Amino acid sequence: MKVHGDRLRAWSRGSGRARGLVLAVASAAVAAVALAGIGSASAAQSHPLKARASGGLKKGLNVYVVPKLLGAAYFTVADSAKSGGAIAGLMKLGEKGTETSGSAATPASELPAIQAAIAKGANGLIVSATDPTALCPTLKSAMARGITVVTYDSDAPTCRDLFVNQASTAQIGTSEVDIIAKEMHDKGQLGIVSAAASATNQNAWIGYMKKELKKYPKIKLVDIVYGNDDPTTATQVTEGLLQKYPNLTGIISPTTVGIVAAAGVIDTKQYRGKVHLTGLGTPLSMKKYVEDGTVQAFELWNPANLGYLAAYALVNYASHKITGKQGQKFSAGKLGTFTIGPNKTVLLGPPTVFTKKNINQFHF
Amino acid sequence: MPEPTTAVPRQSVLRRLHRRVSPALRWEGALSVGLIAVLVLGADLSPQFFSSYNIFTLCTNIGDLAIMALPMTLIILTGEIDLSVASVLAIAAETMGVLVQHGWSMGPIFVVVIAIGVVCGLINGLLVTRVGLPSLAVTIGTLTLYRGLADVILGPNTVSSFPAPYNQLGVNGFFGISWLSWSVAIFLVLALITAVVLRMTPFGRSLYAIGLNQEAAFHAGIRVKRVKLGLYVLSGVVCALVGMLYAFELSSAGENIGIGFELQVVTIVLLGGVSIFGGRGTIFGVVLAAFVYAGLRSALLLGTSLNENDYQVVSGALLILSVVVPNGPDLARRGRELARIRLRRGVEPLRGDGGA
Repeated sequence: MKVHGDRLRAWSRGSGRARGLVLAVASAAVAAVALAGIGSASAAQSHPLKARASGGLKKGLNVYVVPKLLGAAYFTVADSAKSGGAIAGLMKLGEKGTETSGSAATPASELPAIQAAIAKGANGLIVSATDPTALCPTLKSAMARGITVVTYDSDAPTCRDLFVNQASTAQIGTSEVDIIAKEMHDKGQLGIVSAAASATNQNAWIGYMKKELKKYPKIKLVDIVYGNDDPTTATQVTEGLLQKYPNLTGIISPTTVGIVAAAGVIDTKQYRGKVHLTGLGTPLSMKKYVEDGTVQAFELWNPANLGYLAAYALVNYASHKITGKQGQKFSAGKLGTFTIGPNKTVLLGPPTVFTKKNINQFHF
Repeated sequence: MPEPTTAVPRQSVLRRLHRRVSPALRWEGALSVGLIAVLVLGADLSPQFFSSYNIFTLCTNIGDLAIMALPMTLIILTGEIDLSVASVLAIAAETMGVLVQHGWSMGPIFVVVIAIGVVCGLINGLLVTRVGLPSLAVTIGTLTLYRGLADVILGPNTVSSFPAPYNQLGVNGFFGISWLSWSVAIFLVLALITAVVLRMTPFGRSLYAIGLNQEAAFHAGIRVKRVKLGLYVLSGVVCALVGMLYAFELSSAGENIGIGFELQVVTIVLLGGVSIFGGRGTIFGVVLAAFVYAGLRSALLLGTSLNENDYQVVSGALLILSVVVPNGPDLARRGRELARIRLRRGVEPLRGDGGA
């Protein structure tokens, strides 16, 4: 009791003049440093480019590659130098490429990484958008600062200079339905294991799947579940789907994380051969399931090529070789020449279908 | 034990040194030095550190946490804690998302958000004060409960269709000041008000009294339970409003919004020199701590290859440091007292303790 009382009295006496003085001096010093720093900010802001006109393309650009999240195999292949992705393309052109993002595929996680990239003096951003509009205020402010913004994999249509599209949305949606319909002999119950409910690309593909399903009146789409590109969640929702619909014979999972999780679930005596699965997957992660007969066919574009193309598109745009007008052409090195389509979009090409026959040729 | 003869003089030297140095080592003084060190480090690591864009990003990253740290400071001063702050933020943000989807205008949404804050705070406060449960347990419970409710309300969707003046809060400065975010401007105003209330009003002083000795405060006529209940409601309302602000800054409200913020808020408060046992701490310290925390984060993200995840290590270390260091003298004193008691009792102190 006595100790407490003393402490309380010490507090209510106020903290002493000397202490106040120390604090005042310290805070004044902090304020002075801060203001001086902000004063010199405008000088630090303009970062001149080491622009050397070789082939008309700028060199030394500081480009940040921002996937939806860090650590997903698909994005690692799309981005890294080793796999021949975006950073490989940037290095080939003499630019500096860095991969950055958050730990979850949400705008709340991706935005700080984009802001940090802008703060670090980025000249270009290659972004896979976790949401079609949430990133827009930040991406627009980046564009207003003269930063070239290219989206890849997942678009933010109103706030970028170019979108590099992995495959036509219609083509992916319809071809997956055609594959599964063939395996299901054109009849039965079908479920979809998607990523996040807000993912732009997933929803667009599912839209085309629904259209294509009208061609197969005996196939009924019973449910769409969301695994949020998280292996554990995707496994749980797939198990839930199979329990809820015991007569289910087909699953489409248009996400590389989802299809592996779904394949893991149906890779049992109970389901193998009875429940068919297709979707988008990487050959390495699906190899096991294709070889043991759980999965017959799935598809994907080459993500490394997607990143590589995005790198060339960005550098061409930043060098004012292209402006996004429909019909303009640019060279993407080893990938050949590409033409800009409607809505400032560049299309990579048709997806590749992987089966037992060809899966060993691909290493991503 | 031959130790005592040598141990006594060593102690007194240390104590004399401590008495002479301690006024200059006051926590806030140390934090001010720390802040200067962080700013120098930042400028040294990256020429972009003091660019107005980076200062602005630093501000947007700390403002919301710092605002939530103010009611948290008051609660911790009274010896309690509120770990549900980030979940209240999520409920408010996700409810707002749903209402925006249904075409509500901002006025009614504002009212609903405040109501959410009041209800969440009341539940916490009533369970702590009237039912008498420990606040740590209660708010860990509501942390999960509110987060779960938030996810039920919005589901796995993300709403990003906020109207134009609001969704620009995360990119436009406060009244055209390009380096100052709205959140930090709001924080500084609220911090000033809180500091004045805490230092100069009977209510403010009563929080210290409660934190130092609840029983004594009660017998001195302070309505301890009512004060605590009020603080929980205040915390709920402030965090709900921060939920709105944060969603505007992200121009989206979705799953996992603000997840893990509660620990960052607690870190800032404790780093600010507020005692986790209550009764000690100042708002000035918390303000300094917020900027030290944000500055260090920004410096490391900008100037090194560390990313957000790596910073969690730094953040955790800061949390432990800010509990251990200010309580160091206390712990040492308690240790010495224990040792003295054991000496007086003679040998075998451990068995003696257990037998009693």
